[in-house]
Amino acid sequence: MNIYVCVKHVPDTAATIRVGADYRIDEDITFIMNPYDENAVEEAVRLKKRMAGAEVIAVTLGKAAAEATLRSALAMGADRAILVRSDKHHDCITTAGALCAAIRQDGNPDLIFTGRESIDAEGFQTMYRMGVNLGIPVASNVIAFDMDGQRVSVISEMEAGEHACLEMTTPCIIGAGKGLNQPSYPKLPDILQARKKTITVIDEEQSGTHSSASRVETVNLEIASEERQPEALEGSAEEIADAIVGILRNEAKVLMNS
Amino acid sequence: MKKIAVLIEIRDGKLKLSNLGVCSAAHESGGECIAFLLEGNAADAAATLQEYGIEKVVEITTTHGAASWNPEVWAEAIIQAMVYYEIHALLGLASMQGKDLLARVAARLEAPLLMDCIAVNLARHTAKKSQFSGKAIAEFKTCGDYHVYGIRPNALTAVPAPCRAAVESFKASTGSPGLSVKNLQQGLADDIDLTEADVIISGGRGMENGDNFNLLHACAQTISAAVGASRAAVDAGWVSHALQVGQTGKTVSPKVYIACGISGSVQHFAGMKTAGIIIAINKDPHAAIMSKCDYAVCADLFDIVPALTRKLRKVAA
Repeated sequence: MNIYVCVKHVPDTAATIRVGADYRIDEDITFIMNPYDENAVEEAVRLKKRMAGAEVIAVTLGKAAAEATLRSALAMGADRAILVRSDKHHDCITTAGALCAAIRQDGNPDLIFTGRESIDAEGFQTMYRMGVNLGIPVASNVIAFDMDGQRVSVISEMEAGEHACLEMTTPCIIGAGKGLNQPSYPKLPDILQARKKTITVIDEEQSGTHSSASRVETVNLEIASEERQPEALEGSAEEIADAIVGILRNEAKVLMNS
Repeated sequence: MKKIAVLIEIRDGKLKLSNLGVCSAAHESGGECIAFLLEGNAADAAATLQEYGIEKVVEITTTHGAASWNPEVWAEAIIQAMVYYEIHALLGLASMQGKDLLARVAARLEAPLLMDCIAVNLARHTAKKSQFSGKAIAEFKTCGDYHVYGIRPNALTAVPAPCRAAVESFKASTGSPGLSVKNLQQGLADDIDLTEADVIISGGRGMENGDNFNLLHACAQTISAAVGASRAAVDAGWVSHALQVGQTGKTVSPKVYIACGISGSVQHFAGMKTAGIIIAINKDPHAAIMSKCDYAVCADLFDIVPALTRKLRKVAA
């Protein structure tokens, strides 16, 4: 069984973002594996342990530096990895096309795991485009996964405590939510072993590029301002509570019936 | 004239109020605005939607019936309606349902999609959205035959633009989906949707334990506010992940966000920085949130919250 996991090399949340030329960010900062992709790798590795002969292959599209994220996936238990190398900026349409081309070239997927979103681009769509590209069903924001033969059952988290139980047959794509599992962080022997595992590097041009009339262009990228001038509310608890009620009533106008 | 469709979201049979800001964005473009409705009562919805520039409400039903929710069936039905009504721009909410449905529609149409937009210009096909956990704002232009935008709930203001909305039905002939929905578990009736709420009262590490969240629930109940939490409170097991606001939780844009015992990490701000007014209650004057809010209350939340609850009860009574 071939289990693919699509991961993304993203700037650390704590990193300071600076915008350079062509609306590209200064990449001399710490990068990490996209947090939701950690849940995806974890679930794939757990499944592999239950299935004799299963292989977990981590795939990413990115620059040479993205190898670090693939090594992290290998340390978490993936067997081997594929880096689709590209220095270009990709929108979600070309990203999905490149990932699907690399997977097709490598083998027949039974399952593809990925994170429900990436924390850098926040596009919320790559997995759905992969589903259409490969002609297979997709379930996102998955917080429970189960597989019996070819039948896959998942629980997808909706709004405010709403859950949907979905069923599909393999091959299919699973978008991992945060509640899916608790990723186990690799120990030193895992990290050392990961260094010996194979990462196949393919050039994006060779992977069969996907051309589309649709695209998304960047018009501007700027640092979000955090302009708020805090005003201190002081006094007794009663006085402060009165002040907050005043803000809710007069400034926010959220107290309708008063 | 250009036609724009707004995908309307219904919760518990009622029109979500955050739909109205999306309708206004569509109306501002000057095109004919059509609302797509997949559930709920079309006449009731039309009565509200026509006050915000919607000229036609199309009740979409499928071969699989109207009531059964299946995102693949719905996506197919929406596309058929778009083709029938010659619609090239689709707007909806970037709620959990919208994120799933709009992405399925865009993927099938191979249309560019911008999700979680905080501003949109339909004449220029541009939209602004957050990037890098809210630390940057990007403006994008979509190119293609179709354009799909998901709007962050409450990010756009609803502007009244009264007109008369006609109601029509459209029956889509949908094929058998690759995904089947076995069971849809509804949230509790008194669960206030975090992304819909005007006021959110959130608790963090300073809440000390799960039981103390009852103080926040009691306060929230007085004004139909929602209760949220920081990752620290969720990871400690005090409350469910469904309440988490932040990078790995929900993104919210309430009119007022009251943060109780929350330090204000970058990850937390990623989920609430577009709130109208941020009120921080924290004992630590050096907590990050105290310099990134509108009102800083340097005090013990266990003194302030119960006092606030008492005052609000009187107001509501």
